[in-house]
Order: sequence, then C-alpha cells, then structure tokens
Amino acid sequence: MKKYVIIGNGTAAAGCIEGIRSTDAEGSITVISAEKYPVYCRPLISYYLEKKTDLKRMNYRADSFYTDNHADVRYGVSALAINTDEKEISLDNGETVPYDALCVCTGSAPFIPPMQGLDTVQNKFPFMTIDDTLALEKAVTPESRVLIIGAGLIGLKCAEGLHGRAQQITVCDLAPRVLSSILDDKCAAMMQKHLEANGIRFLLGTSAKEFIGNSAVMQSGETVEFDVLVLAVGVRANTAIVRNAGGNVSRGILVDDVCRTSLPDVYAAGDCTEYHDISSNSVKVMALMPNAYMQGRTAGINMAGGAVLFDNAIPMNSIGFFGLHCHTAGSQPEGCEMYEESDDSHIKRLFVKDDRLTGFMLLGHMHRTGIYTALIRNRTPLSEVDFARLKIEPQLAAMGEAYRNKVLKGVV
Amino acid sequence: MKRIYVKEQWCLGCRLCEYNCAFANSGMTDMAKALRGKQIYPRIQVETEANGVTFAVSCRHCNDPICVKSCIAGALSKKDGVIEIDHEKCVGCLTCVLVCPYGAVIEDGSGVAQKCELCMKNSCGAPACVKGCPNNAIVYEER
Repeated sequence: MKKYVIIGNGTAAAGCIEGIRSTDAEGSITVISAEKYPVYCRPLISYYLEKKTDLKRMNYRADSFYTDNHADVRYGVSALAINTDEKEISLDNGETVPYDALCVCTGSAPFIPPMQGLDTVQNKFPFMTIDDTLALEKAVTPESRVLIIGAGLIGLKCAEGLHGRAQQITVCDLAPRVLSSILDDKCAAMMQKHLEANGIRFLLGTSAKEFIGNSAVMQSGETVEFDVLVLAVGVRANTAIVRNAGGNVSRGILVDDVCRTSLPDVYAAGDCTEYHDISSNSVKVMALMPNAYMQGRTAGINMAGGAVLFDNAIPMNSIGFFGLHCHTAGSQPEGCEMYEESDDSHIKRLFVKDDRLTGFMLLGHMHRTGIYTALIRNRTPLSEVDFARLKIEPQLAAMGEAYRNKVLKGVV
Repeated sequence: MKRIYVKEQWCLGCRLCEYNCAFANSGMTDMAKALRGKQIYPRIQVETEANGVTFAVSCRHCNDPICVKSCIAGALSKKDGVIEIDHEKCVGCLTCVLVCPYGAVIEDGSGVAQKCELCMKNSCGAPACVKGCPNNAIVYEER
C-alpha cells in the first residue's frame, strides 16, 4: 500500500487528493494542514466581508470530503523539512511522517516590504486567510478609515469587501495604475474610474514611506490618517522546504508538466510553484486557483501511477468589482498585434501573434469568453477559423464544421 | 449517459429552444407571464454560421470538465454525469464563463453563473429544449 503525503491543505491539495483517489483507492493519504480549517475557497474571503457568503458555504468540498477519500488530516501542524534519503518529512511537533510520494502544496505568503515605523501600527492585517479576515472584520467599524497598501487583486477585493463596513477606504500602490499585473493603462483607467465612483479613493504611483502610529506619510508627501491598515502588496511562493532539501527553486518551486519537482518522488502544485505558460512560452509563477486545482489533480494522478499532463497552462483571471467585471487571459508578447473595440462601458482587447491568439483583456461584457480562452489554450491557428467573426463575438459558428461536429455531435 | 446533441441539418433557427429553456427555468407556470417583455438568459443558444447553417449550443457535460476544476467557490460539481451549479455557493466570479471552451456557461442577468442542467432541477424533468423543438433538431440520447 502506497503512502501519499501532502504538505498543505488548500485547493492544490484537494486536487491532489481527488487525483490520487481517481487512480488508487487503497493507498494512505496524510495531509499536513498548518491552518485549522478544512479546505476552503481562499478567494472568497472578500465575498465573506461583503456578506455574499459565509464560513460554511466557503468550504471548497463537502463536510465528508476527507472521510470519503480516506485522507487523514493533521490540523495545526507544519512540515519543517523533507529528508529525501529517508523519504520522510519532519513536523514541528517532533513527528516524522514517511512517504512514497510527496506533494508540496505550501501556497504563498504575504510579502511585506520593510516600511519604517510599521511596528508602531496597532491595527494591521494581511488579507490571505480566514483568520486574517476574521481579525480584520473584528477591527473594522462603521467609523473606520481603512488604508490598503496594494491595488492588486487582493487589495482591491479587500476594498470591495470592506465597502459598506467602513467609513472611508483609501488604496495606494507604487504602480501608476490599478491591477497592474493583469490590466494595461486603458483597461485599468476604466476600472479605477468605476471603483472611484463607488467611493474608493486612490493614491497611485506612491506608497507609504513611514508610519507613525495611525498616520502614513506617503512618498508623495501626503499624510493619510487611518484606523486600520491592510497590507496587500503581494505574495511570495512558499518554497523554503523544497529549496532546503536541494530542489530546484527560483521564484517558485520549479515543476514540469506532470508537476514533478527536481527531487525524486516529490511533486508540487499550486501557488508555491512556477511552471510553463504556453501563451508566452516562459516559466512563471501563476498563482491562480483553477491552475492550482489542475496541478494538484495532475500531481495526484501521476503520484498514483497514472499518466496525465498539465501542459497547457496560461495565466487567466476573472474578477469584478461593484458590478464591473473583467476577464483576462494569456499574455501580450512583444510584437503582437492588438484588435480593439471599446465604448464607455466596455473594452475588448485581443492580442495576436504568429497566427495565434496569445491573450485578451475584456472589461464590461463577459459573454462566452471561454471560446477565446480555448483558442489560446489549444494554440489554434487563426487561419483555420473565421477570426474576423470571432473578433466581434466568441462563437462556435466561426470555428469550422469539423470542430463543431466534434464538440456538438460527440462526447467531449 | 444521455446528453443533448444537435442535428444542425434539421435546425430551423427558430430559437424556440431558447424560449423553452428560459421558461422551464423561470419557475413559473405561465409562459407569457414568464417571458413577455423580458430579456431572456437561456442556457441554450442558437448560433448562425456564415453560410446560414444554424445550431443550438448547450453544456456538453464534459467527461473532464474544466469549469468544475476551475470553480473558485466549489459551486460546480459533476453528479451522475450532470454538471450542476450550487447556487447557494456561487458568488458570481464568472471564472466558469472564462474557461468553458464552448461558451456554455453564461451569466444569468443578475451577476451569477448558470448553465444547462438537463432540466433535472426544474419541474420539466427532461430537457425542455428537446421536448419543444418543432423539427427534432435537438435530441437527448446516449452516444
């Protein structure tokens, strides 16, 4: 009977458990969970603040998930080291756990740059976990002035979540635009305008230089008074355990298309990894929940002796604020051409290079976008489809009869 | 398992399937009251090819569904072959719309996702699009 061990208990771990069990009903599965909760939907913490969900509904899987899958979860313990010679991991409670196949799903942690006087701030919170969220919820009152450092996905989702719970929300970022990792200037400007119309205040191109108790002195010279500080500058992959064991790590734990690390019988999945993005043909950290699941599942199946690949990963994001949604996927390689249409309430930007759709940014109108995503993921030659019609609207009618027959007349 | 398939050579492009779908999922008993004067958000959509061929597209209930794998709320699942949305859990992030290669998951007009569930969860009991197709261009069968 094979012994499977998973370090971490997030989405990638859930995918790994389901992957293993799709292939091996017998082996033992041990999950090392630093957090004391069963797997939950991490991106839903902002929806919790918004009261669109609650702790119960945030569970990623049914209550019986671990028992159904015969997985033994050790809550509240952390893995300290991997001993690849003995094939065992050591835990912070002194125990060692042997493995035949190991999957590292350690996720990421908030990156907090050194900022002068940060220790003088009483009410400061990262925004990554249920515990962060509950602590933040407790600290915020209807009179609170909230300062959020970081106008990325996490910072802005936090701003939306706190809207209606706090008196004032200010978001600052060193980048000159919001959502700088996924949107370009034009798309970001539309989103920022929409956020501002909903009462979020921005200080962009600047960050806090110094904190003195409840005031932040910005690099621009301005002083922002606040009651609650949220630190959402960014995240870093948790790679130490693999690096210390001699594994290949740069920004993330490097994994191949079966989610193997460079260490024997050690796999990794989720936000702690870096892997190949086919849209830009480069290796990068793509800390995205769908990819985390797909990696975890891929790792699990391969750990259990099956053979599947996850070889068509791309970055992709679906995110909205106060009713304005955006979909982004892929990348904009150098030399790509852009097709654009836009009006006051929507923007569509498609990026094309070498007869392939490499990426897109859509704001405002999200209808059947997955047809575009599939073009990127499948690397479909655009000369083989009616791209002139696809540009106007994603549709199977422009994909050719052979494709249509395959997907509509058969089992896919 | 039985799935919905289209016979495009029989499709008239009448869009009755879209109306029958919207009605079946409206929870109402009177079609006129359910649909008159309203923008409908059917879970099946008729497309027209450049040469005039029409056909309807709805969820393929894939063997390896990327929408289920991608759902950030754990709201999509596959039960007995049918891909379902738990509307209690869906928060309307629309990641499923971003990943469905067939454009078969759509926003329902109120901000959350919806898709064909083969009329298993409404009072129709069997796919309304199939029942109501005047030319048998949509079938529900094993393949």
